[in-house]
Amino acid sequence: MQRIGVFVCHCGSNIAATVDVKKVVETVLSEPGVCHAEDYPYMCSEAGQMKILEAVKEKKLTGIVVCSCSPRMHEATFRKAAERAGLNPYMVEIANIREHCSWIHKDMEEATKKAVILARAAIAKVNLNTPLQAGESRVTKRALVIGGGIAGIQTALDIADAGYEVDIVEKTPSIGGRMSQLDKTFPTLDCSACILTPKMVEAAAHEKINIYTYSEVDKVTGFVGDFTVDIRKKARSVDSAKCTGCGVCQEKCPSKKSLNEFNRGLNTRSAIYTPFAQAIPNVPVIDRDACIKFKTGKCGVCEKVCQAGAIDYNQKDEIITEKYGAIVVATGFDTIKLDNYDEYAYNQSKDVITSLELERIMNAAGPTKGHLERLSDGKAPKEMVFIQCVGSRCSDNRGKSYCSKICCMYTAKHAMLIRDKYPDVNVTVFYIDVRTPGKNFDEFYRRAVEEYGVNYVKGQVGKVAPLPNGKLLVQGSDLLDNKQILKEADMVVLATAIEPEASVRQIATMLTASIDTNNFLTEAHPKLRPVESPTAGVFLSGVCQGPKDIPETVAQAGAAAVKAIGLLAKDKLTTNPCTAKPDELLCNGCSQCANVCPYGAITYEEKEVNDHGIRETRRVAQVNGALCQGCGACTVTCPSGAMDLQGFSNRQIIAEVDAICR
Amino acid sequence: MPLTENEFRPKIVAFCCNWCSYAGADLAGSSRLSYPADVKIIKVPCSCRVNPMFILRAFEKGADGVILCGCHPGDCHYSTGNYYARRRMTLLFSMLDYLGIEKGRTRVEWVSAAEGVKFSQTMNEFVEKIKSLGENVRLGDLRCKN
Repeated sequence: MQRIGVFVCHCGSNIAATVDVKKVVETVLSEPGVCHAEDYPYMCSEAGQMKILEAVKEKKLTGIVVCSCSPRMHEATFRKAAERAGLNPYMVEIANIREHCSWIHKDMEEATKKAVILARAAIAKVNLNTPLQAGESRVTKRALVIGGGIAGIQTALDIADAGYEVDIVEKTPSIGGRMSQLDKTFPTLDCSACILTPKMVEAAAHEKINIYTYSEVDKVTGFVGDFTVDIRKKARSVDSAKCTGCGVCQEKCPSKKSLNEFNRGLNTRSAIYTPFAQAIPNVPVIDRDACIKFKTGKCGVCEKVCQAGAIDYNQKDEIITEKYGAIVVATGFDTIKLDNYDEYAYNQSKDVITSLELERIMNAAGPTKGHLERLSDGKAPKEMVFIQCVGSRCSDNRGKSYCSKICCMYTAKHAMLIRDKYPDVNVTVFYIDVRTPGKNFDEFYRRAVEEYGVNYVKGQVGKVAPLPNGKLLVQGSDLLDNKQILKEADMVVLATAIEPEASVRQIATMLTASIDTNNFLTEAHPKLRPVESPTAGVFLSGVCQGPKDIPETVAQAGAAAVKAIGLLAKDKLTTNPCTAKPDELLCNGCSQCANVCPYGAITYEEKEVNDHGIRETRRVAQVNGALCQGCGACTVTCPSGAMDLQGFSNRQIIAEVDAICR
Repeated sequence: MPLTENEFRPKIVAFCCNWCSYAGADLAGSSRLSYPADVKIIKVPCSCRVNPMFILRAFEKGADGVILCGCHPGDCHYSTGNYYARRRMTLLFSMLDYLGIEKGRTRVEWVSAAEGVKFSQTMNEFVEKIKSLGENVRLGDLRCKN
């Protein structure tokens, strides 16, 4: 029998306001094995931990139950306290009486009763706990960054500057991401390319950074400190080592009708292309779906004009297998599809565009060379309407429930830039709220209104209808003046909601990183661990975690890098000792456990066993503690009940069940 | 809800995996999304750790309902654990139904770490269901019911 101490935390009033902690202390004293129980306002404080240390010493405790917040918060704290007191850290169990009790129940009698039962279950479990020893695993000192936008570039630069090797995997032909598509950035109106391209060059030139563009992550195995990743380098059809980036192939390519993804499909590009002039690497790829050579076998113009002889039609996808200690996800975002928003006539009129499309139109390298013009007839607009929150803050299922966060500011930027360059254009913005929480953000928005005379109307737009005269009729409401507005506009710009890049789901699955209902990656803790995934060794950078602007993205990218560096700086990691353990006398060597093990941790050995005095050689299961992650799949599969999971043994869980059902 | 006399308060055991559902329950807690106190959570590393024996034991000891929560299919921290759990529970629940423990008393639900709302809703629904089914007397060891 253990000698158990129970420590009940008030958590200030978080627990004590709903749970009668004194009564819990009183009641658990009669539980088997309990020889000490006390309560304290903050068990996690130094003074609280000293209470545990003193009790262990005085009462010679062998097991500890702390009734407090979730083990996800303070299990580590109390395990350390137990260690300081000379106990094995795994002789501690937590009864979660805050998140699972006091915070969700109002009635004190009921909550107290439940807290006692939860404590009882933890006591029953700790009675069966055994000391466990954590093992060690090594750390591969190399990081993988998935995504080569500003988030990925910044993370890679920061990790590389700390002296660690970094690989960036980017699925498009160039790094740069969404930021490379922007014309200007708020709230300073910096030219986006002017501040981004030096970073791209720096990343490409960094001796510790290796960039795989036009590549995707195919497979991830392993765990924190020791991931093995298959990277698929898609066939570029151009030999990167030979290509000089002269661009002649792109000029001469006869197939020029593919939609230009970089310009959001507003114009076309050749079949062999680099997405934009400053692309890194400056090596084109052949779009095999559009290339005449690949479609018909005839053509081969690019091969003929390439003086470097870099064109290689026979290139194949290449799989590169590499080991990493840490993985940073920086997959970024896209704008939502507008198929659910017919009322804005986006699919009917070329003059209804998204803000990202306007960004390309305003850019000197864009489809209109930077001239603001209607895409339908090339005329200069006189009347422009911006519609905010298209698909954001949506209460029905058509759009997204969240605020996309960046739209208020970029719309103010667009309005300001247009009024500055084309003072004769009237700009009206329909908004629900203008949200400008950020350094110099509100000042920026006020300048748009006060200095540039942008007309802000509080209200939503119900319909945009193309008129026979080529204009667009915008029907909206003005909530402040309580009236309907009918406005003829030349162009309508939709502040389209952003959503995580579609591929993030697949990547999250490969990494077993959790994802929320909107496909944003979940943080380990929303406030205290915002750049870490709950999956150890996986870190989050940029919009894949939630909507954010460039300064926030860069800050988070740096934070993710620091967390990754913190991991890479370690030589060894302690492993989870809650691993599977076979009872060699019960094992009949059937192999079923090995079949369900996702880590290949189970092997078989011919081993001499002593079965009640009978010595014989049997085939028995062996678990490799370094590989076993402690899921427990094998324990349930085992037909003879030989396999058990340390820390979550059959007896321990049954004891909990019994305590709850008592 | 304050306790009133003679009201049927079911005993409900919820097995929650450490990575998704336990965290989802934590989120329900920190978001103050209430559900009845009849639900008591047992943490397991993965839904695949739940041996059918544990569920039989719960019913034997007088549980009125057992729910198993894990990561969504495809999102298991251990890649495939929830698929094993799903198959095992499908078989087990059919067998229990045959033995007289109605299907409504057992449930598998996928709750992610971000789904505090879903966790609370699921538990509210489940408790309602068990209350409508009443006390579980069919397989319970009557000695445990006092």
